[in-house]
Amino acid sequence: MATATKERIYSVLAEFGSAGELLHAAEKVRDAGYKKFDCHSPFPIHGMDRAMGLKRSKVGYIAGICGLCGGAFAMWLQGWTSTVDYPLVISGKPLFSWQAYIIVTFGLTILGAALGAVIGMLVLNRLPQWFHGNFYSESFKRFSDDAFFMSIEADDPKFDVDRVSEFLKSLGGRTVEVVKGA
Amino acid sequence: MSVAETTEHAPGYESPLITGEQTFGSISRKIGEITERKTTMTWLLAFGAAGSLALVLLGSIGYLFYEGTGIWGLNVPVAWGWAIVNFVFWVGIGHAGTLISAVLFLFRQRWRTSINRFAESMTLFAVICALVFPGIHVGRVWLVYWIFPLPNQMGMWPNFRSPLLWDVFAVSIYFTCSLMFWYVGLIPDLATLRDRAVTKVRKFVLGLFSFGWRGGNRQWKNYELAYLILAGISTPLVLSVHSVVSTDFATSIIPGWHTTIFPPYFVAGAIFSGFAMVMTLAVISRKLLGLQDFITLNHLEKMNKIMLVTGMMVGYAYSCEFFIAWYSGSIYESFAFINRAFGPYAWAYWIMVTCNVLVPQVFWIKRWRRSIAVMFVASILINVGMWFERFVIVVSLARDFLPSSWDYYKPTFWDVSTLVGSFGLFFTLFLLFARFVPMIAMSEVKGVLPEADPHHGGKP
Repeated sequence: MATATKERIYSVLAEFGSAGELLHAAEKVRDAGYKKFDCHSPFPIHGMDRAMGLKRSKVGYIAGICGLCGGAFAMWLQGWTSTVDYPLVISGKPLFSWQAYIIVTFGLTILGAALGAVIGMLVLNRLPQWFHGNFYSESFKRFSDDAFFMSIEADDPKFDVDRVSEFLKSLGGRTVEVVKGA
Repeated sequence: MSVAETTEHAPGYESPLITGEQTFGSISRKIGEITERKTTMTWLLAFGAAGSLALVLLGSIGYLFYEGTGIWGLNVPVAWGWAIVNFVFWVGIGHAGTLISAVLFLFRQRWRTSINRFAESMTLFAVICALVFPGIHVGRVWLVYWIFPLPNQMGMWPNFRSPLLWDVFAVSIYFTCSLMFWYVGLIPDLATLRDRAVTKVRKFVLGLFSFGWRGGNRQWKNYELAYLILAGISTPLVLSVHSVVSTDFATSIIPGWHTTIFPPYFVAGAIFSGFAMVMTLAVISRKLLGLQDFITLNHLEKMNKIMLVTGMMVGYAYSCEFFIAWYSGSIYESFAFINRAFGPYAWAYWIMVTCNVLVPQVFWIKRWRRSIAVMFVASILINVGMWFERFVIVVSLARDFLPSSWDYYKPTFWDVSTLVGSFGLFFTLFLLFARFVPMIAMSEVKGVLPEADPHHGGKP
């Protein structure tokens, strides 16, 4: 165990009773001007993005660009190998028979977009990230089971342990916990 | 009162998607416990049996590599035997997973949440079984990497105009995308198991594979969009993969193969057989693992309806083929079809018609659609029928253009052992999945509970 002097505060964690309570709390935290906060729930809550004031995810652009790159690469690969690198007439078809190349082009477009969506999602979510301050809290484990948590993180510019704790309690937090760890 | 009555739809009301008054907590407990409790004797016995069969596959492949494809029953008109039959059969089964996870997701069919994990896993294992066959049937297996466009010392490339090459791409991309779809869906559930873990090993392993998921809405936001995109781009994939597989046949000039109906007909058949396999496995595992509250009779009934629809599409394709064979005026085409129904393989043809067209008709009757015994038997017969469909198509080679080269194709011991062994591989993988991975997508099922709606309980 670390000594008390080395411990630092990571966040203030409040538990709410239901998805609806968490949603309303999120609206108030957003209006109070906090930036570094998050709402943890076992499943995505409908309407939470607006309640937290979040912009639409950028995953779509990443997937779109990756998909286009995949398709362009496929068409280039097939065209270049059959016309430039090793031109070979097969069944009397033209060297650049683009109609026949559509299937692989389509496949690699899909593959590119899928890889873009998954890797883009992981990168934007900063995953894998095996360490996070909230994991110091024993009760935080229940977020993946049936509990709803609001955490306001210590690196928020407006963060002040006592004020934030009071604020979360006033929003209806069932329990409010200051998350500390070494 | 039986479950059948309690989950009945009342007119005008939507019945609950899952039963047994589940809460968020009870869902994680019930699904989580399946992976946490002590290994049962039933599982060990089943695993032993399936594992032994998988070893039969391994042995058959070993002998094949030692001796060559001569150990199979191939002959000259029928140069494509059970290897392609089994390949198409397994790829077909692998279609239900993505249909359920992608197409039903886009159509907002919320009942899919109970069966999607299950079906996606089955898809992966079926595609693994499918990929075995093209890998081993090439004769000179040490050159199998030639199917990929890899730069090599000969300066040669694969022929991108060939449907066999399209197949390589279609199936391997399908596998990759299905794997990503499956794993992305699994991340929040692995986090649930991680947070429930008691032992050090489980904490470490589950922690590693759940990537440190925190379920924050900043993560859910990207997660949900990524999931939607995966569903959106997998939907054309479901339709394209088996279409491409069908071009292996349809772009040739063999009578009975050279038809434009093949792509849609293959896709319908694939979904048909995939749902049948999901049904077989669902009926067994919901009983053995006590998942009746999650996979209710309503779910099974909906799957039966899809089987009825796709079964009719397959039946329509069979009759359409006959009509076109006659209408085309081509004597070779007409002969191929008369030969299918009344020639040396008529027995296989009529097994196919009985299992695929007649058997699903039982689902017109509601009582049978909701009877576990009926649907279990029907689902097995449908898969037998779908295997025979591919067999019938492949052995139409036995009577080609030149009567002097006609021959009769008979499988050998090694053909049978390879097919039986592939079932062993499939069930081995499925049992491992059922033991160690949450069978039901917990976070998704929680999301369709009424309490998950932020407006639940009268709060504005």
